[in-house]
Amino acid sequence: MEFITQPWPWFIGGPLIAISLLLYFYFGKNFGVSTNLETLCTMAGAGKISDYFKKDWKERDFALLFVVGLIIGGFISSTYLIPNQTIDLNPKTIKELTDLGFSNVGNQYFPDEIFSKEAFSSIKGFLILLVSGIFVGFGTRYAGGCTSGHAITGLSSLQLPSLLAVIGFFIGGIIATWFIIPLIF
Amino acid sequence: MKNIKFLILGIFFAIVLSKTQAISWYRFYEMFKFQSFHMYGIIGGAVIVSMVFMQLFKSGKIKDINGNWIVPKPKKKGTIRTILGGTFFGLGWGISGACAAPIFVILGFELIPAIILLIGALIGAFVYGLLSKKLPH
Repeated sequence: MEFITQPWPWFIGGPLIAISLLLYFYFGKNFGVSTNLETLCTMAGAGKISDYFKKDWKERDFALLFVVGLIIGGFISSTYLIPNQTIDLNPKTIKELTDLGFSNVGNQYFPDEIFSKEAFSSIKGFLILLVSGIFVGFGTRYAGGCTSGHAITGLSSLQLPSLLAVIGFFIGGIIATWFIIPLIF
Repeated sequence: MKNIKFLILGIFFAIVLSKTQAISWYRFYEMFKFQSFHMYGIIGGAVIVSMVFMQLFKSGKIKDINGNWIVPKPKKKGTIRTILGGTFFGLGWGISGACAAPIFVILGFELIPAIILLIGALIGAFVYGLLSKKLPH
């Protein structure tokens, strides 16, 4: 029971992610999530505007079911499996974020400064979420994959494009956390 | 429904990401600030164990459910697209703490902010589709 309510350490997480990849391939498909963003565009009718989206989304219905599973899994976790969202952060991280004006640092999964109702219903908060979403969606399709497709699948199958993509992920992530976050908060 | 197994796998994957805190904004902040080993342990561990599986795929010791050899699709080549696209992705990831899979998992945690993120991601994917022929790859 304790295993259900406590956070799982990293050395459990890594292998379980690898097992997800194994099962995905065992079921006959390539592991990755971000192609679904294109599939959803196709379903919404993007094919009428650009030939790029003229694809048969029914061929990817398995991936859409995986995505529905992700949402259900998130709901199950947040409702039943994570009674306490406290995160054991580095004291340095807590101090830095507190200095930037963040409150309750590490007492929940998502900071109120970005995810609370007050934050996302302000113009600034709304734009932070929308624009970072645009960067994620544009970037992952431009790069040809996301964390699961490039960082996990691509690196483990020793593909050079994935190594370059992961280097890009870190360049962007470091610019964001070291320079943009202090600028916007 | 023969694909229902993907739904169950999605639920499993989401629980793994949630329980290991791999969807938490703070964990990514810590990772990009090099202040914690946690995310490196998760991603590195996933890559190393997956490498073993890839070898088993390659040698045919593990075949798929239909008995076919498992061959991961080669990633599209292109230095500019991978570095530049990756950097755009990283900017969004670093600010919002959400990459592609977590956006959907976060829908189950914080519905409205995750919907805004998702709409953004769809706009981003759509813009890429529109510009794909004009962008350097």
